[in-house]
Amino acid sequence: MTTASTDGARSHARSQASGASMRVPDLPDGVDDTRLVWAEAVPAESYVSRVLGRGTRLRLSDPDGGACAHLLLFRADASWERLNVADTMKVPWQAYLGVGHPLLSDQGRLLATIVADTSERHDLLCGLSPAGQQKMLLAAAKHGMDIRDIAPSATLFKGVRVEDTGALTFTGSAGPGAAVDLLIHLPVVVAVVNTAHPLDPQPATTGLDIVAWRADEELSVPVNTDPEYSRALFNTESTWAAAQ
Amino acid sequence: MTSATSDEIVAARAPWSAILRAGQSLQIIDLHGNQAVDTLFYAVNGDRVDPTGRYSAQATVAAQRNIFLTTGSVLRAADGRALVTIVADEVGNHDTIAGACSKESNTLRYGHHTVHQHACAENFLAEAAKWGMGKRDIVSNINFFMNVPVEADGTLGIVDGLSAPGKSLTVRADTDTLVLVSNCPQINNPCNGFDPTPVRMVITDS
Repeated sequence: MTTASTDGARSHARSQASGASMRVPDLPDGVDDTRLVWAEAVPAESYVSRVLGRGTRLRLSDPDGGACAHLLLFRADASWERLNVADTMKVPWQAYLGVGHPLLSDQGRLLATIVADTSERHDLLCGLSPAGQQKMLLAAAKHGMDIRDIAPSATLFKGVRVEDTGALTFTGSAGPGAAVDLLIHLPVVVAVVNTAHPLDPQPATTGLDIVAWRADEELSVPVNTDPEYSRALFNTESTWAAAQ
Repeated sequence: MTSATSDEIVAARAPWSAILRAGQSLQIIDLHGNQAVDTLFYAVNGDRVDPTGRYSAQATVAAQRNIFLTTGSVLRAADGRALVTIVADEVGNHDTIAGACSKESNTLRYGHHTVHQHACAENFLAEAAKWGMGKRDIVSNINFFMNVPVEADGTLGIVDGLSAPGKSLTVRADTDTLVLVSNCPQINNPCNGFDPTPVRMVITDS
């Protein structure tokens, strides 16, 4: 097919999609496909960002066992309010992410809660390598943000543990098929970079799957009864209600 | 020969900032003991902050593979650049994972009756504004003289400090660096012994 003319170049361009294949992650069993809002396979060393509404359930999964999802969350309508990893550890008195763990903003509100987790290998301590930071900068730039917005991030599917001495032990992946579900409490920009954990001795990364669906009814069923969580839920719900 | 170029007392609950030129040292003296000194570092060009040279707790922890800061710890920007190095430490370990207190997080940690108490995030915002910075420039900080162990199951918390009256810590600037401090006003946990007190800041040319 010639591309020497605009006609030929257009035909060449338009012929490509029909001959290509692209894997799209499946919705979980039992979720009606009318609820689907996002399904995307993120290759190793790539990134995505998306605005997600309140009441979205976001599933990140690691089909091949080598994904490493570095995550930032920003209020979609006020991006200077963002994930605060220090408060996300300090407020629930827990450094390791798991079911029921709040992902807190710097304003004492819930951006998301972990509502399912078959990996249990995550990290809030080490963040992104400088190369990964550059990818996160691109993800944020597409929402009008810049380097000042690239705060410390959460990392899913690669774990770290702290020894008594404060030393870190890299615990790696839980293996193929692990998934983490986040319930989104306020409209957010979700930015995800799929790249190596900085302590990973074998930094080759595999694909990351993302699926998100409407789950508004879950907002009224708290998965955590700690007093700190209940007060974060109060701050979140009252802020949302006041702005309507 | 060492000569002090600056020797200041930071009042209890107050913010403070200064630029360290490469090679200069800052000694932070915990005058009354167990006073958390919340601190951020920013690389500067002249007197202008370089937004790519902001302190990164995560880059610092990942590079040294340890959450505790002490003598020899290199405090880094997100791009890995060394900002300052801890060259002396009479305490043993200092926190950089638990962040600063804020009015907003106080409501979660202690209840909504604390929302109008003073907090480090207020000091950081006010002092950062003097250097042309705003909320987006404030990130996870260092808490000098604050003790935050992490237990085997991941439980962490601010517990009684390891410092004592007169103990100090010294950093040396690896590059021209702005030091932004909140002398922590928190009264709801042991980070200041439930009694915020002044600290002394001594800058010297090496």
